[in-house]
Amino acid sequence: MQAYYDVIVIGAGPAGLAAAIAAAKTGASVLLAEREKRLGGILKQCVHDGFGLVRYEEKLSGPEYAQRFIDALRASTAEVLTQAFVTKIEKNGGRFRLALTTARGMLRLEAKALVFATGCRERSARQIALHGTRPAGVFTAGTAQYYTNVLGQMPARRCVILGSGDIGLIMARRLTLEGARVLGVYEAKPVPSGLPRNIAQCLRDFDIPLHVSHTVTRVFGRERLEAVEVAQVDDNMRPISGTGRKIDCDALILSVGLIPENELAEGLGVTLDPVTQGPICDQNGQTETDGVFACGNAVHVNDLVDYVSESGENAGAAAARYAARERRFALVKTDAQFLYAVPQRIDLAAQPEAVTVYFRTREERGKTRLRVCCNGQVLLQKTFRQLRPPEMERVVLPLKGAALQPSHGIELTMEGLL
Amino acid sequence: MSIELICITCPAGCALQVEQEGGALRVRGNACKRGLAFAQAELTHPTRSLTSTVRTSFAQAPALPVRSDRELPKGRIPAVMRFLARITVEERLGCGDVVAALPGGEGNIIATSDLLKEI
Repeated sequence: MQAYYDVIVIGAGPAGLAAAIAAAKTGASVLLAEREKRLGGILKQCVHDGFGLVRYEEKLSGPEYAQRFIDALRASTAEVLTQAFVTKIEKNGGRFRLALTTARGMLRLEAKALVFATGCRERSARQIALHGTRPAGVFTAGTAQYYTNVLGQMPARRCVILGSGDIGLIMARRLTLEGARVLGVYEAKPVPSGLPRNIAQCLRDFDIPLHVSHTVTRVFGRERLEAVEVAQVDDNMRPISGTGRKIDCDALILSVGLIPENELAEGLGVTLDPVTQGPICDQNGQTETDGVFACGNAVHVNDLVDYVSESGENAGAAAARYAARERRFALVKTDAQFLYAVPQRIDLAAQPEAVTVYFRTREERGKTRLRVCCNGQVLLQKTFRQLRPPEMERVVLPLKGAALQPSHGIELTMEGLL
Repeated sequence: MSIELICITCPAGCALQVEQEGGALRVRGNACKRGLAFAQAELTHPTRSLTSTVRTSFAQAPALPVRSDRELPKGRIPAVMRFLARITVEERLGCGDVVAALPGGEGNIIATSDLLKEI
């Protein structure tokens, strides 16, 4: 594993997978860093279908949609690092320095361009005004989905869902199919926030009531949730007194919004839009901080994964183009005995394992030893019976393991032998 | 009499107004012809795709995502869920592999993840 990449993509959900594939396609050196053990992000637990209708005109489940990109990633030149948590990023000259905590210890990496594909987080019980005790049984919809679809454990038997976001609707259907009773979905706004098709296929198909302009005002229970109080709200979403009603349940599932996750980007001084809560971006996904790109739900919360992938491809390709603007070279230096050597410099982004060098001697020479060194290390020695300016010579330099850097390139020297 | 349906074929979710005129259906509100097909199916033999998970014998991956390989009659869904509840996957099946054949020739339940190959 190398210490420098043209592009480091952070997050291997749908946005990051697409970004890494697109960046690698341009020839850039790419690392995709993911904190979890498996690639795919939240798609891993989205076992329902409907993904890829725009992109593939197929109705794929989340894991199937992710698999298409994982396969493409494996076929690309991008490197992947899982169980790697980026803890710190600093800008150092034209480069970014990253500190990562990985399953195999601390790692320091450098990159010319960064792509934040960090997704979004669910708004939790602490971020909404939920009064009462703090019993177990209050879950975000995503957590309930993780229990059900990944752990294979039922988080609820009788539940109330607060909020009508798509994940909440999907979970209403999922829990019902698995035998739980979903007593109702309560939405504080006058209109549901999920897609109409999810209202139809997740609620109406199962006769689950949807109560708009209603909210949960209180939770009850000591160890485990025992009941919630729901009430009607006014035009300002404030509960109307006297409308409260207690519902016995063992779980409250929250689907009350998603917030782009940008703590790492903010640490670099990336400016966020107060409305989207994601970085302010140009058409390439480049933020106001040079070399920092963002895509997917980290920029704004999308309805459809198809568009998350699209924005990932856009930002990944643009990050690679940005990184290529300042190409990194190691010079091929010759001593005064050479007329010239070609190529004059080696592009480090391509990570060549061997380079063919053509040269001519300045003057006619007898038996001569050619020595090729890099930073004091001898890469190649070759003896020529004679060297004459009209005759071009060719050597293949083995570069595997050579410490090539812009600061120290390759030195070609000639030494006359008797 | 007009029936209101939401077309669930694609994310657009068109609001359909369906009227029965003699033997034929009159559908309005659909942005494409799939809306017409959906309305016809919905009023005669409604179908749904089914996605779920099944139990596995692998401790690191206790649930395997699966789906039906075709749409199922809507009314059959609860029975198919009960059928799935009795399955335990003990092999390292991959994405697309058949988990079980549904009784009565209703198609297969297939795995939708490579999860068990990765653990």
